[in-house]
Amino acid sequence: MYLYDEIDQKLVDERVVQFRDQTRRFLAGKLSEDEFRALRLRNGLYIQRYAPMLRIAIPYGLLSTKQLRKLAHIARKYDRGYGHFSTRQNLQLNWPKLPQAPDILAELATVQMHAIQTSGNSFRNITTDHFAGVAQDEIVDSFVWCEIIRQWSTFHPEFSYLPRKFKFAVNGARSDRAAVAVHDIGLHALKDEKGEVGFRVLAGGGLGRTPAIGFVIREFLPWRHLLTYVEAILRVYNRYGRRDNIHKARIKILVKERGPEKFREEVDAEWAHLKDGPATLIPEEITRVESRFTRPNYLPLPATDRGLQTALASDRAFANWHKRNVHPHKKPGYAAVTLSLKKTGVPPGDVTAEQMDRIADLADRYAFGELRVSHEQNLIFADVQLSDLYSLWHEVKALGFATPNVGLLTNIICCPGGDFCSLANAKSIPVAEAIQQRFDDLDYLHDIGEIDLNISGCMNACGHHHVGHIGILGVDKRGEEWYQIEIGGNQGEIRPGRGASLGRVIGPSFARAEVPDVIEKLIECYLVRRDSDAERFIDVVHRIGVEPFKESVYGNADQRAAHRRGQLASA
Amino acid sequence: MATLIKERRIVADSWHLLERGPKGELPEVPARGEVIIPLPLWLARREDFLAYPGKLGVWLDANEGPEALADDVQRFPLIAVNFPKFGDGRGYSIARLLRERYRFKGELRAIGDVLHDHLFFMEQCGFDAFALREDQDAQEALSVFDTFSDSYQASVLRPVPLFRRRLAAGKS
Repeated sequence: MYLYDEIDQKLVDERVVQFRDQTRRFLAGKLSEDEFRALRLRNGLYIQRYAPMLRIAIPYGLLSTKQLRKLAHIARKYDRGYGHFSTRQNLQLNWPKLPQAPDILAELATVQMHAIQTSGNSFRNITTDHFAGVAQDEIVDSFVWCEIIRQWSTFHPEFSYLPRKFKFAVNGARSDRAAVAVHDIGLHALKDEKGEVGFRVLAGGGLGRTPAIGFVIREFLPWRHLLTYVEAILRVYNRYGRRDNIHKARIKILVKERGPEKFREEVDAEWAHLKDGPATLIPEEITRVESRFTRPNYLPLPATDRGLQTALASDRAFANWHKRNVHPHKKPGYAAVTLSLKKTGVPPGDVTAEQMDRIADLADRYAFGELRVSHEQNLIFADVQLSDLYSLWHEVKALGFATPNVGLLTNIICCPGGDFCSLANAKSIPVAEAIQQRFDDLDYLHDIGEIDLNISGCMNACGHHHVGHIGILGVDKRGEEWYQIEIGGNQGEIRPGRGASLGRVIGPSFARAEVPDVIEKLIECYLVRRDSDAERFIDVVHRIGVEPFKESVYGNADQRAAHRRGQLASA
Repeated sequence: MATLIKERRIVADSWHLLERGPKGELPEVPARGEVIIPLPLWLARREDFLAYPGKLGVWLDANEGPEALADDVQRFPLIAVNFPKFGDGRGYSIARLLRERYRFKGELRAIGDVLHDHLFFMEQCGFDAFALREDQDAQEALSVFDTFSDSYQASVLRPVPLFRRRLAAGKS
């Protein structure tokens, strides 16, 4: 955990006072609905389908157990006893009351938390790899860089009223587990031949209604220039990003309209003035931020554990879980563990207050009192001793978080959808549940292998459907809920050679009840066509193209034409 | 008439803001006085205005920039920047550029949809005068400049970012 110093704490406390005053003036009729909206959104407060929704920031997904217990307390006292972990690694409460929002923020501030810039046209919570600091393929600990950018972006006076929201991701490992190519700015850490840290900077990526893969605006940016360069990008965007049409206001549209080369030139021209200025980072600051992060007190341990080997050999259920939900660690004798929030029948990402408390207890006992939220809406214990895995598994299983499906079809990313969200065209949670029920055979799931299935209830794409290997999008057809299917999307270069890509729609949309059948047909097509079980669904889509999958769902071209003729004849 | 806050005090405003007509027509300029003219008028009749007997300020709209004034920036005792809507953040960048890049030392005034809750950031970016929208309570707004006791970033008000000041404080 990054521990606040006095100034960090004071700023968060002052934010509470500010928002309390703003809420008071709004309730007293001194602020219009429109004016207050811009202010409350900056504190994560939406007016939703049934009540306000409060989005609490979990910077780069890192939480202490003290903070998690506070979240449980808030969910219990101010809400209906549960919360929803989102794909931005934040926590959303669906039923808070507006007059109590300042009190909630005050409670959060006591544990160094807040809801700053979790919504509105502002610089949002920074996301990163949920294995930061423990990954075997680590280049840098991305948390440190995330925190530096968090501070720079918090209450930035110049960039507090951007044309639109701004999402930033940092990846510090060789594999991209932060989906940097689909963010307004994405950083990918690198080291040059002298071992100096720098970043490949991507700009103009994003999901939403106009998905785009970010372009490499700078191949290698030395770390000390990070803030001045980002400032140059933001200034060009703030001045020239479109403000006439909310759907064309993201930076990706500016990049597209200018062209990447022209955009880069403008940024470079701006940067020429800022480069080497006072915002140039210094080694002392990196060291200071590093030293404010608490670190686990690792024990010197052997790389293998005999008790673990015995348990794996004798307990098949445990071995299944270990295969999917336990991940390698850079320290010998340790592993990272995913607690799956994707149990069939539970909305993905939802956790009750009671469960939060129990998870906090487990993290205290097994994981140095820390955990992470992944953008796949699971929880991670990053530092677990190998010798503890078997007993941890029993406890996690008892809580219902041991579904051994990480990376598999039922580990669905899903937005709250039409059950909660006022923007949604269609429900998404029941679709996830229907798919999970259809694919409930664990052996079959393991046989299908690694696949990302993502569901969004509308084109705002909070469920990241564009980058699911299979993506499902809820659409509205004359007041009815329909679902469009895409295949071939990929969130980033998790495996070498397969970078980020956007999915392609396979054809006309389906009624909700048809969706599990369609998924099954796509999966069958994949299983027949794959070279070996090492070739994943996404690899096959890229090798053979969309057409065979289309055929498996809609029939071949002749059959499709005949079907259309039939429809016309009956119309 | 809008209330003016200047250097954190409520003051009487002697300047006359000349707006463009409903179809964008450029305004007539009185023979003398203290007037703030729109940028296009300055650009169209710069030579005439160099001999203007009164005091002359210029105002920039959100889609305009200090680049158009360039070296002329220093000629003006006052530059105003318009916020067409409070959520339009372009003026913040314009202000920083005027102060930091063009070294403008005169009065930098925020005009237009200028509201209580935006003054803090405006001041950080270099505005020292605020023509509040008419319905705003100026007395109440004076307290807003102390909303936050510090800020992380380099800005006009605090040219040295917090991380460098933290280091200096640690060394002393």
